[in-house]
Amino acid sequence: MSLKLKALKKSPWVYHVNTGACNNCDIEILELLTPRFDVERFGVILVGSPRHADALLVTGICTRQARPRLQEIYRQTPKPCVVFAIGACACTGGIFKDAYHFAGPVDEAIREVDPNAIIAYIPGCPPKPEAMILGVVKALQAL
Amino acid sequence: MWILGVLIVSFVATAVLGLLAKWVDRKITALVQWRVGPPWYQNFADIMKLLGKETIVPVGARRTGFLLWPVVGLSGAALAAAVLWMVNGNPGKSFVADMIGVIYLLVLPSLAIIMGGSASGNPQSGLGSSREMKLLFGYELPFILALVTVIIAVGTLNLGEIIRFQGEHGWMLLKPSALIGFLIAIICIQAKLGLVPFDIAEAETEIMSGPFLEYSGPPLALFYLTKAMLLIVLPMFLITVFWGGFALRGIGLLTSVIKYVIILVVLTLIRNTNPRLRIDQAVRFFWFLLFPIALIAVLLALKGY
Repeated sequence: MSLKLKALKKSPWVYHVNTGACNNCDIEILELLTPRFDVERFGVILVGSPRHADALLVTGICTRQARPRLQEIYRQTPKPCVVFAIGACACTGGIFKDAYHFAGPVDEAIREVDPNAIIAYIPGCPPKPEAMILGVVKALQAL
Repeated sequence: MWILGVLIVSFVATAVLGLLAKWVDRKITALVQWRVGPPWYQNFADIMKLLGKETIVPVGARRTGFLLWPVVGLSGAALAAAVLWMVNGNPGKSFVADMIGVIYLLVLPSLAIIMGGSASGNPQSGLGSSREMKLLFGYELPFILALVTVIIAVGTLNLGEIIRFQGEHGWMLLKPSALIGFLIAIICIQAKLGLVPFDIAEAETEIMSGPFLEYSGPPLALFYLTKAMLLIVLPMFLITVFWGGFALRGIGLLTSVIKYVIILVVLTLIRNTNPRLRIDQAVRFFWFLLFPIALIAVLLALKGY
């Protein structure tokens, strides 16, 4: 068990879910993969399918359209997996918390599917790539 | 009993070396892109992690085929590796026409990708599988013709005989016909490995890694391992046939490693300096450009050059 967990910490593959973000956080996530920050040093790879993913990077407020889809993607991800709520919108709803299309923050949507889900919050509008790396490190330490 | 030992030893050796070769590939890619790149144990961590994860079988999938084909692909690569290690360790152990056996076994991983992708029931996997099939029809023809140049020159299908012949008469590469064949074969193994100009089947940016899309956990690890093993087996096959054999004893081991690393670096640099082709462009490239060149090489070989 500990060997599995150690390997998981060394190669977290991430899948990027946009649940209605303004693209600011998405640009910062792409920044992570560029040569300047190069998270492949830590084994992080951006994959195209939630089936391959160990971590979901969720950006944006959870809109009414996106909420069931986010829950479906979480169900499709093989466990154990970690959810990262990236940006102020994904953490709390941010400035959109009273908007008509807001369907509850990301953690509530995920907890509805799996009450024991591991969720890490990375606030900021948008968070810096350094903050995201710190958040990933802290989440993996807590695992 | 000893055959079982050969199988296990060659499987473990090929898997470990393949994962290390994959790291070299990733590290060179990182250096080309001005990055630092992953640490050396990265691929071992990936395999361990995937083996520890949950296996999900999609509702629309054919369960047996979906879970069986990764194993078939891996066994194909492992058997081809066993034949090559044995023949290179002791050319006398070669059996009749084992070259044809190796060619057949090397098709199995591609077949596993095609069948596994179709069994997963995902339309994008189906698209990837059909692309892989077209690509298979594309590269197999020039690849076999390239090997035929050597078969004509040596006059046998026996890998041990080919190694012995090269020991007496020098590398096959030094003949013009076999040199053309070798260059064609390098491009064909690029397609067999699914590396960039020909990663049409798993194109991550358009069909989300195609046939592997629905795979998770251990079956995905098997596919990952198959690819890593092919990264050893295919260059080793080319070295055996064209480049004087993959000697395993004494100073020969050093030259073998140097030959292997040269081929690996060439493959990686091709992968890093080319954009992905469309499937019709790839098939046209193999059939209407490489096939005539391979045919000319065969004619040269028949003339004795």
